[in-house]
Amino acid sequence: MQLHDIWFILIAVLWAGYFFLEGFDFGIGVLTKLLARDRAERRVLINTIGPVWDGNEVWLITAAGATFAAFPDWYATLFSGFYLPLLLILVCLIVRGVAFEYRAKRPEERWQRNWEHAIFWSSLLPAVVWGIFFANIAHGLRIDAHGDYVGGLGDLLNQYALLGGVVTLLLFTFHGAVFAALKTVGDIRVRARRLAIGLGAATAVAAGGFLAWTQVDSGDAESLFAVVGTVVALVLAVVAAGRGREGWSFALSGLAVVGVVTTLFLTLFPDVLPSTLDPRWSLTVSNAASTPYTLTIMTWCAGCATPLVLLYQGWTYWVFRKRIGTQHIAGAGGAGTAVPAARAH
Amino acid sequence: MDLALAPDTLARWQFGITTVYHFLFVPLTISLAAITAGLETAWVRTENPKYLTATKFWGKLFLINIAMGVVTGIVQEFQFGMNWSDYSRFVGDIFGAPLAFEALIAFFFESTFVGLWIFGWDKLPKKIHLACIWIVSIGTVLSAYFILAANSWMQHPTGFRIDKRTHRAELTDFWSVLTQNTALTQFAHTLTASFLVGGAFVVGIAGYHLARKKHIPVMRTSLRLGLVTVVAAGLLTALSGDQLGKVMFKQQPMKMAAAEALWNGESPAPFSVFAYGDVAKGHNSVELEIPGLLSFLANDDFSSHVPGINDVNKAEQQKFGPGDYRPNIPVAYWGFRWMIGFGMASFGLGLLGLWLTRKKFLLPAHLRTGPEEVPHLVLFRSTALHPRLARWYWIAALATMTFPMIAMSWGWIFTENGRQPWVVYGVLRTSDAVSPGVSTAEVLTSLIVFTLLYGILAVVEGKLMVKYVKAGPPELTESDLHPPTRIGGDRAEADADRPMAFSY
Repeated sequence: MQLHDIWFILIAVLWAGYFFLEGFDFGIGVLTKLLARDRAERRVLINTIGPVWDGNEVWLITAAGATFAAFPDWYATLFSGFYLPLLLILVCLIVRGVAFEYRAKRPEERWQRNWEHAIFWSSLLPAVVWGIFFANIAHGLRIDAHGDYVGGLGDLLNQYALLGGVVTLLLFTFHGAVFAALKTVGDIRVRARRLAIGLGAATAVAAGGFLAWTQVDSGDAESLFAVVGTVVALVLAVVAAGRGREGWSFALSGLAVVGVVTTLFLTLFPDVLPSTLDPRWSLTVSNAASTPYTLTIMTWCAGCATPLVLLYQGWTYWVFRKRIGTQHIAGAGGAGTAVPAARAH
Repeated sequence: MDLALAPDTLARWQFGITTVYHFLFVPLTISLAAITAGLETAWVRTENPKYLTATKFWGKLFLINIAMGVVTGIVQEFQFGMNWSDYSRFVGDIFGAPLAFEALIAFFFESTFVGLWIFGWDKLPKKIHLACIWIVSIGTVLSAYFILAANSWMQHPTGFRIDKRTHRAELTDFWSVLTQNTALTQFAHTLTASFLVGGAFVVGIAGYHLARKKHIPVMRTSLRLGLVTVVAAGLLTALSGDQLGKVMFKQQPMKMAAAEALWNGESPAPFSVFAYGDVAKGHNSVELEIPGLLSFLANDDFSSHVPGINDVNKAEQQKFGPGDYRPNIPVAYWGFRWMIGFGMASFGLGLLGLWLTRKKFLLPAHLRTGPEEVPHLVLFRSTALHPRLARWYWIAALATMTFPMIAMSWGWIFTENGRQPWVVYGVLRTSDAVSPGVSTAEVLTSLIVFTLLYGILAVVEGKLMVKYVKAGPPELTESDLHPPTRIGGDRAEADADRPMAFSY
């Protein structure tokens, strides 16, 4: 195994980590309209990810930065090729981050309601677009000899990719519902669990179809293993949720997220971006990679820093391990009333 | 093609707008993180509640600010690939690593520990809580270092070779990328200037409250901290700027000649105070100069030779082939002046403030004030300034609190514009760096979307900032004053339904 193969795996790990973590963040955002009944419950949901969403998002920045450093040609083609979808994601991530931080900073009803709409849409849209994004990568793009994407926006919105978008939306919302059941207490916890069962079943069907399509399209024996594993994890996650084993359910829904990313990366290898125009123009782990010197430096840095990151991010989850309910939200009083900002924090 | 719509023109406008905007928040984040950490340290060490109140007040403003810095930063990383894909292909082997390090080391620090700091008041013992804000502060500084090392490589590429087969720049010496003098002096200059930004911000707001005789103990302490920061940072910014100038005279003589609108080399060369000229003909029609000073700034020698724009242009034409190697001269010239002018104006005001509010030094006993009083402003030995004049000082401090920020923006516009037509000096032209596959319509779309979105967010952020500045520091509660002694909180079992100290 050469360094660029290791970095292919590491990039997959970073994306899997990103979708594992921000997957439930996006899900929580969608659930603010799907699950929460009033403002107090919306605030409970938002506060389950309050201390951690920003750290989760850095996984994306690291994944993108590592792709830039380890596979410059991959990064260049990918980011210029998906120009408008990435623009939409950027706008959503900007609005979403500001919405979390600013929503409670003014007491006015309209101010808070607007930011809550923003949280919903800016969580839902990236959840869909990331699925379209990765389905297209796995399927291949119209890439010319220079390595540039020459298709249009319409080419990106093919049936397979749209199904991918539906799958990530369902999967992240399911993952978020399980997370909500794990992190809350009271009535909302019961409803989160119930909702998770339905969402999980729908996810299992959609993901099963999408992964089967992927397998038929470009799978091999290893990816078949990942496909089956993912579907089994989803089914077990639903069962665990039904039995009230929220911790197990969350681990399994997370495993399903990792399984989808693994399947796509397995079918991709050794390409990183297949060209549908001419296989010779495909970007591969070898022709898109940086020099061994750069990859060696990167490996040392990642080897030292990543365990540390996992350690202190894990510690953060431990510090904020306590379940929260409407009674823990200052000034909420269990009802959907506006909160005087000056006291709330 | 119509020049205004050339692909690299639009992509440059987008980069300029999004980067200058992002950088409005960066220096304030760097300095306020450290200032907040310093104040919280004082609280932990002395247990004097005024430091905790100050920590909460400046910390709140820091959080409003960092939120914008974080979200606008993602755009920065994505747009290299989106708008500058040929640049990314060419430099990725070198440029990508510092970016990845920045994310892996600095951003994880910042984002994880800022979350702990925001939500951890009732969950963490105070020393651990304090450690969190220091780690955030270290993260902000590390982040600045990595991105400046990357930018310095664009200013002065080093430790690389061009691969003939792949036509890309490849890293041969990472250590020299991280430690070349361009990187170290740029880092020093940017970091010290960031503290000038934060210091002026604190002075302006503290002055606002003191002029109204509100929150006096906290604002008195803040004022002093702000003034000392402004003076120390201003001095170091000037010194590091002088060093950076000397480095640039050697590495990019065109940039410095443009900064001075020095068309033809002179020995000794004068420093230009004001110039108005004709770029096409290559001369100035109006000039006001200080003889010999430019020679001194460039080479520590009042009579040394400094090459002019026309000389460097000719030299580069011989080296790189026919073409125009001049940047936009008026932007470079005025950007350089506004950088120095706005920055040093704040430094001057800070120096004046430090003298006016001195505590004991050359100050008669009857003018000394206690911690509950607004300090007298004393210009000469034995009389305080007339209240109307004193009021003018506070107004001036408030009105100029964004001056260092303006100076820094112009500094970046100057240094990035001054490098043109190169994106990597002497190696890659900006016009060869854009994404070939991205259409004008797409770039135009994103340019409009970001400009509108950033404009709206500027209004939202600005109003929120003003609201919290005017509201002043919060009243401390019992639980603020008695943080938990165990991780997770002391009263976890006894009081399971107690509301969180902070919630969104």
